[in-house]
Amino acid sequence: MEKSLQFLLLLKRGALMGQTFAEKIFSKRAGKNVVPGTILNIKPDHVLTHDNSAAIFSTFSKMGGKKFADISQPVIVLDHIVPAANEKAATNHQTVRKLVDEQGIKNFFDGGRGICHQVFVEEGFALPGSLVVGSDSHTVTYGALGVFSTGIGRSEAAGIWATGEIWLKVPESMKIVLNGKAKSNVTSKDVLLFIAGKIKADGALYKSIEFSGSYVDDIALADRMVFTNMAVEIGAKNGYIAPDKKVFDYLEKIGVDKNSYSAVYPDPDAEYAETIEIDVSTIEPLVACPHSVDNVKNVSELEDIKVSQVVIGTCTNGRIEDFRAAAKVLKGKKIAKDTRLLILPASSEVYLQAMEEGLFRIFIEAGGMILNPGCGPCLGAHEGVMAPEEVTVSTANRNFKGRMGCNQADIYLASPITAAATAIKGKIATI
Amino acid sequence: MTVIKGKVFVYGDDINTDVIFPGKYTYTVTEPKEIAMHAMEDEDPDFVKQVAPGDIIIAGKNFGCGSSREQAAFCFKYLGMGAIIAESYSRIYFRNCINAGLPSLEIKGLVNKVKKGDVIEIDTEKGTVLLPDGSKVSFPPLPPEVDQIMQKGGLTNYIKSKLES
Repeated sequence: MEKSLQFLLLLKRGALMGQTFAEKIFSKRAGKNVVPGTILNIKPDHVLTHDNSAAIFSTFSKMGGKKFADISQPVIVLDHIVPAANEKAATNHQTVRKLVDEQGIKNFFDGGRGICHQVFVEEGFALPGSLVVGSDSHTVTYGALGVFSTGIGRSEAAGIWATGEIWLKVPESMKIVLNGKAKSNVTSKDVLLFIAGKIKADGALYKSIEFSGSYVDDIALADRMVFTNMAVEIGAKNGYIAPDKKVFDYLEKIGVDKNSYSAVYPDPDAEYAETIEIDVSTIEPLVACPHSVDNVKNVSELEDIKVSQVVIGTCTNGRIEDFRAAAKVLKGKKIAKDTRLLILPASSEVYLQAMEEGLFRIFIEAGGMILNPGCGPCLGAHEGVMAPEEVTVSTANRNFKGRMGCNQADIYLASPITAAATAIKGKIATI
Repeated sequence: MTVIKGKVFVYGDDINTDVIFPGKYTYTVTEPKEIAMHAMEDEDPDFVKQVAPGDIIIAGKNFGCGSSREQAAFCFKYLGMGAIIAESYSRIYFRNCINAGLPSLEIKGLVNKVKKGDVIEIDTEKGTVLLPDGSKVSFPPLPPEVDQIMQKGGLTNYIKSKLES
């Protein structure tokens, strides 16, 4: 009797075995418990697209699409080449505006509002417990608010516009636990680069990463977004941080009804494919050297490298907290004679805030220039394109060869603090 | 046709989408023929001069990492390439290959068994690759949910037939 009772309890425990965040999100959608490897047809809450919406619409039409399957799904933000750099880009934007009108898409943000990922968050689309896909690899960013979000291709976005659905595989999960207090000149960017150097660019391939630990609890939402934004750079399908009061307060501040979402948390007894624990107090300011995010070195090893251009901003480090940190370093200083400084706020809201706090005055008096919110120099299509032999230190997420428009130039990735100190010295430096 | 025969191009680990199809072209180069002409531009400028329909790329880990840009998969399709074989793929890139109807196989250890210009034969029905030394390696079939997209030649045709039915 006692034995059969134990057996029944075991069976029950098996059926209710602890789940990771990803397993829980997908189980909720499937209406039953699912395990990694299961393929499901999912109706995402939102599908994000940007300047690529015109090309996606062309594929949508080839698919035989006429009207969008669910008009509440699409969110379109023009950000990649804004303002248009040439007639072709302008015509592309024109096509997007036309399709927005024709289809009656409500969630459209024209050039100038900001980088799609920042706008998506500021406009209240990134709701804890929701599932979002986007035809941009940095769609992973919203995981900092407890969203399951991941990048897809253009054709797949067209497929969702036409059918409302996409196939997704339940990923295995990986836990990265970050504990301790970081040094005063070390930011979440340095910590992320440390992780990239340790596990390499494919270290989390196809996995769902859950970032946790006392360090993650302590830092601001903006700093957490660096982890989820760059989760894709280490191969992850998505990045997740358990939403807490900081997230709920932010959502309340931007006017999101707290009854409009339901946060999802992993179970304490969930099983992970891998767990990595890192004590952040030992991490020094780091830089990712050309041409890979995992080619990580200490700033102190790179102090002889002359820098032609510094970019502070992008969807990785273009929030108000980043500009405050950079302004603190640059206040009352001048940038080096042979170095250019480009400031790229992630959104019009960040832009206004930085302006009102007087940060732009600090950057301009130091010799920098302020760019409009958008993707700008990050994809090498316009604004801040590099020349051969030039070196850029950027707070962005990618330093692939040719990324900023020139395949004979070098890109180093760093924190806003290191980028600002570098601009002053004209060589790679930190404070 | 179930057999893909072609000469191979061999590349290393972490070949990213920026070197396959540079970001600066994403909104200026839009026609299939043009897109094809920029394939592998920042990794191997000679690639497009040497490639022929049916040819196969063999690469290391994390092939196609980086941007979600679909052109980085479609450029090979537009060149008429036979397949890509890699140790592993970035997940968006793998999906883009499926959506382009471009066979993309995950097989470990081939990079060191072949050299540029070798001719290999892939039998997609049997799930085998015939190497120049006569040996064969096998690979598992795609999950049925994914294979049905490949069977239609890519996602556009797949959705089209779904909407029509």
